[in-house]
Amino acid sequence: MQINPTKATSKLLFDGADWTFDLVKKAYDSVQEIGVGELGLDIYPNVIEVITSEQMLDAYASIGLPQMYRHWSYGKHFVRDEMNYRRGSQALAYELVINSDPCINYIMEENSMTMHTLVLAHAAMGHNHFFKNNYLFQEWTRADAILDYLDFAKSYVSRCEELHGMNAVEQVLDDAHALMQQGISRYPGSNKQMSLARERERALARHLYEERSFNDLWRTVPKQQVQEKPEGEEAPASGGSSQVRLPEENLLYFLEKTAPKLEDWERELLRIVRNLATYFYPQRQTKVMNEGCATWTHFHIMNRLYDTGQLSEGAMLEFLHSHSSVTMQPSWNDRRFSGLNPYALGFAIMRDIERIATEPTSEDKDWFPDIAGSGDPVGELKRIWAEFRDDSFILQYLSPKVIRDFRLFGIHDEAQYPHVFVSSIHDERGYRRVRQNLAQQYCVSSLDPDLQIIDADLQGSRRLVVSHRVRNGVMLERANCERTLYHLARLWGYRVKLVEVDAESGKVLKEHENLRMP
Amino acid sequence: MQIVDRRLNPKAKSLGNRQRFIRRAKAEIKEAVREAVRSRKVSDIGAGEDVRISSKSLREPVFSLDSKSGSRDFVLPGNSDLVVGDAIPKPPPAGGRGSKGSKDGSGEDEFVFSLSREEFLDLFFEDLQLPNLVKAKLKSVKSTELSRAGFSSDGSPSKLNQVRTMRNSLARRIALHRPSLATLEQLKEEIAEAEAESPPDENLLEELRARHARVVCLRKTVAYLDPLDLKFNRFERVPKPSTQAVMFCLMDVSASMTERLKDLAKQFYMLLNIFLRRHYREVQVVFIRHTNVAQEVDEETFFSGRETGGTVVSTAFVEMQRVINERYPLSDWNIYAAQASDGHNFSDDMEECMSILQSSLLSQCQYFAYIEVGAPDDGPYPSSEVWEGYEDLIGQHDNFAMRRVTEAGEIYPVFRNLFSDEKSTKG
Repeated sequence: MQINPTKATSKLLFDGADWTFDLVKKAYDSVQEIGVGELGLDIYPNVIEVITSEQMLDAYASIGLPQMYRHWSYGKHFVRDEMNYRRGSQALAYELVINSDPCINYIMEENSMTMHTLVLAHAAMGHNHFFKNNYLFQEWTRADAILDYLDFAKSYVSRCEELHGMNAVEQVLDDAHALMQQGISRYPGSNKQMSLARERERALARHLYEERSFNDLWRTVPKQQVQEKPEGEEAPASGGSSQVRLPEENLLYFLEKTAPKLEDWERELLRIVRNLATYFYPQRQTKVMNEGCATWTHFHIMNRLYDTGQLSEGAMLEFLHSHSSVTMQPSWNDRRFSGLNPYALGFAIMRDIERIATEPTSEDKDWFPDIAGSGDPVGELKRIWAEFRDDSFILQYLSPKVIRDFRLFGIHDEAQYPHVFVSSIHDERGYRRVRQNLAQQYCVSSLDPDLQIIDADLQGSRRLVVSHRVRNGVMLERANCERTLYHLARLWGYRVKLVEVDAESGKVLKEHENLRMP
Repeated sequence: MQIVDRRLNPKAKSLGNRQRFIRRAKAEIKEAVREAVRSRKVSDIGAGEDVRISSKSLREPVFSLDSKSGSRDFVLPGNSDLVVGDAIPKPPPAGGRGSKGSKDGSGEDEFVFSLSREEFLDLFFEDLQLPNLVKAKLKSVKSTELSRAGFSSDGSPSKLNQVRTMRNSLARRIALHRPSLATLEQLKEEIAEAEAESPPDENLLEELRARHARVVCLRKTVAYLDPLDLKFNRFERVPKPSTQAVMFCLMDVSASMTERLKDLAKQFYMLLNIFLRRHYREVQVVFIRHTNVAQEVDEETFFSGRETGGTVVSTAFVEMQRVINERYPLSDWNIYAAQASDGHNFSDDMEECMSILQSSLLSQCQYFAYIEVGAPDDGPYPSSEVWEGYEDLIGQHDNFAMRRVTEAGEIYPVFRNLFSDEKSTKG
């Protein structure tokens, strides 16, 4: 066979490391050709933004969002990241992608053309498809509204700073941040209800905000209304009332609606923090899947580009080098070990699904009768990307082969013993247990403490009672708990009690209390 | 798909957050700055600084689960030879999950970050209670002035350089053969003459008229002054040419000067140093300490060494004079002196001091500042020998200032002249 050198080089997307805007555009077109054309990915329109490393640090500081209201804790993260970066102890990510419509992808100017192509395949195709199709993102976030909302939040907060002083705003935000993880309504039912209400209320709030911008501020909603509410209730604590529904797991929501002493703008700040917590909630639950999806996609696309002669061998080697360092998983006793690598785990499981769908072994047929040999790996993957989150994904699709490849083993840890014990390894008896434990490890609701407001006396002592359902004897970390309770009490305005109750026996294990002097 | 170049967008997007952060941790950072000032050399005061603060006020608590209680199951990768039932000892402090434990652990105790020069000076000045205008002046690194920098072909009319412009115009007119006014006049005369003759020579007249028409046309097409000719004076901002200065730090180091008093004196020297460095490209610092004998020492010894003996101030002046004569000729150097003392002196030495100051030192110095340091609880000052002696100088010499200081905030007024009336001190 004859190789025609001119023809071979003419198909190359680029040659060498330097990039230009034209090259990036060309690379994007080819990447999209494969991603959308061949794989049939369903994506939001992309916006590629070229930024410098300093701007990347800025983006880090605002938790990866293009803009954010101002608060000292972001400054703290900024100076820390900056310090680490300058010292060389922390490298910056190659890319940053925002779950928005249009989907914003940041790429850094100092990267090579190969890396840009990789990033386009990874973020602009992989993450983008996942954001648009995964059920959690669809249910919990509004990609089309987030940029507007951030804009609103930022200007609202700075307006509050002008009107009420930086200290007052900072105090409320501190309090709200402390309870951020308790600002989410986890059960889908309540979420759906709220989501509708939220849309309406948010529009209303924004409308009011605009009105207030040139009107006498904050007096639009009369104050008495807020105070009357608690007094007008008949059986406040028992939970029968329509206004105070107990128990309530969303602490921020509860405070926003019922805390007796808060001003309107303070309630709105709680709401902003709560909405952001909700926006990030799906990301926390889909780390493995999201990164796995993006990594699988970039791996597929880059290989297709190489197969069709659009990538040179040099570029392919550069890509493989960075791909393999991204998907490296150090052993538990390795110095570099810092937990399971979501890129590695997600990528491995998805590659394995691809294998099971096309070349199943008899073991696969036993374990995954529904997808083994189905012959449509991309279709299976797209369905999985849409319908699962980390814990259910692992519980369903972690195959014995991946367990063997990673040499996963289960550990049982009892606090009172000086040793931990190996509970299961990668053998016939251990597969299911390893899989179950790993799934549990990614289940966000079992990682976060289970807190609920169980009683709020709105007439007499105005005491608020929060319960912590203690599972497996794991208590709250004391110092942090006391400090967070202080923030809770500051928002509530009165005495707050936290009881830690054993989930099974119902026995009260510990009580914390914070008195808020009026 | 759309590609946007954001690289030119403002970079310091996090500045607001950073300022809020510094505001939040102010007490701790200020303490760290004070510490840094103590350990820093007088001449290093202008640089940024890595500060280390405890992150007590920077805590962001959340409800978290205690990894040291209850039981849990988790999965690890990379099993080599473990089988079910094997026991692995827990790592000593941070609990089973390494990353989680250590992250919290190290984050709680200390927080290191670097302050920029600007932020550092801000906090330093805050202690000294400098007026805002002065702060701004001191922080600006360089003062500039306009200086001629050749010519340019565009500019505002007021900067038009007439000589250059006319020179260009002349050269162009010669090159393009623009007929002069004289030629035109002469031609007109010749035509008139030709017309006056009778009978007129029609051929000659015709030729003359044609030439006249050409001359007029040429004068119209080749302008007298073309935009091409314009030349403007160009100015550039250049750093102000400044010379060198030497700063003498004189201090009494007899046993009565405590550490606290020395710290006060140090802040006094630092402030003068910042001021000088704004004005002069090169600032050298000479440290002279004295008891009943004086000697030039390095900074380390100056602040830390301790001597015993009486106090004879004039010895320091003699030493200073010696150094000036040896190394700092008055023609090349601006001399500043800052003296700090607790006010003790042998009473019969004052006369000697005054005569040295009056006869030579004060006329050699651009500025001579004296602070008398004391503890805040000393009450109303018993007048000291030095203070009484120096009181006569006020009014007689513009470049002399003195002040009693018990706290850092009182230092600045000593320099009030120096800062408010820059012209007289620049010399």
